[in-house]
Amino acid sequence: MWHGLEHVFVEQSLVAAFAVVGALILVSNVAAKKLTNGRVHGSAIAIVLGLALAYVGGVFTGGKKGLADIPALAGIGLMGGAMLRDFAIVATAFEVDVVEARRAGLVGVLALALGTLLPFVVGTLTAVAFGYHDAVSITTIGAGAITYIVGPVTGAALGADSTVMALSIATGVTKAVGVMVGTPLVAKLIGLDNPRSAMAYGGLMGTVSGVAGGLAATDPKLVPYGALTATFHTGIGCLVGPSVLFLTVRAIVG
Amino acid sequence: MIIAGVALLAACTLVGVYLGDLLGVALGVKANVGGVGIAMILLIAARVWLVRTGRLTKNVKFGVEFWGGMYIPIVVAMAAQQNVVAAVSGGPIVIIAALGSLAICFAAVALLSRLGGRDAGSPEVAQGGAILGGDFDERPADASAISASRKG
Repeated sequence: MWHGLEHVFVEQSLVAAFAVVGALILVSNVAAKKLTNGRVHGSAIAIVLGLALAYVGGVFTGGKKGLADIPALAGIGLMGGAMLRDFAIVATAFEVDVVEARRAGLVGVLALALGTLLPFVVGTLTAVAFGYHDAVSITTIGAGAITYIVGPVTGAALGADSTVMALSIATGVTKAVGVMVGTPLVAKLIGLDNPRSAMAYGGLMGTVSGVAGGLAATDPKLVPYGALTATFHTGIGCLVGPSVLFLTVRAIVG
Repeated sequence: MIIAGVALLAACTLVGVYLGDLLGVALGVKANVGGVGIAMILLIAARVWLVRTGRLTKNVKFGVEFWGGMYIPIVVAMAAQQNVVAAVSGGPIVIIAALGSLAICFAAVALLSRLGGRDAGSPEVAQGGAILGGDFDERPADASAISASRKG
């Protein structure tokens, strides 16, 4: 019987993912209402639960895709993969108030610039503190602190070695997870409650998955504004990482 | 036609991602530059045009908004397939670089959001939030009237 059930889940992978994620969100919403008195957003609990399950899945299977590495739950990989994620992010633009978005345009651009520079500086300083002296490794680790895509793209362009690449990717992934979990906790403190600050946030945090998760967990109405700037972040990082940033680092460390 | 809304969304996404790829090639970058952002801008423009010409029917709207409402479930699925094991076992250099940049970026958000006035946003923003939160039925009955008057 168990085998038959598993067979259905494997065959109907995307449908199974809808059911599983739906159940997860239902449980999270009940928990948010009953356990926290509505103080914590149901989606924040669902996202943290998702991350926890991803950890369990990763330990259980030894794979890199969390729960999606379990054959019966492979549909989660499709449902939460880049294709449907981007499709849903674009759909959120339908709720954008054009006036608000235009008013925050300049803030968004400023945020994108800072959001590329600040993490890079922190990443490079950390790399230097841990004994890396060559410009390629320092730049690659710094780029990983921008996002987990900028890191490996930069590293590949510069010919960094695979241990450094792994560190760079892990830094980006840790940042994305930190953004998802941390945003609802600090939202009030950093004034993240209106479209304008959401655009600044999207440009600064950058990592699309982090921003997507962080805003969903904080307040869904902010999602399209944050996503609008965040989606430019990785491209800009990939542009300046192997070029301007690398040349700057090389000029400094020689 | 509900499919018209879904198709519009798909077309905007495809064109946006394609333009993002082209932009990447033009800049000599091995990545898509802002494809999703371009797609979002296309969809916003399409919506303004549909409203202006009176073509934004309930069904077209539903076709797009359904996917907006699926956003959070999709993000939960995305969270469930992150490589959390790698993140947790990355060691001190990873933790310091990641959390350090996180802290400094949060601080910068606080700074930037204090620049200029703070406003909680229009009723339209809040209404959009209800849809993205997946609660279509909690929309006030006269919501379309509000957005129509704001568009005018």
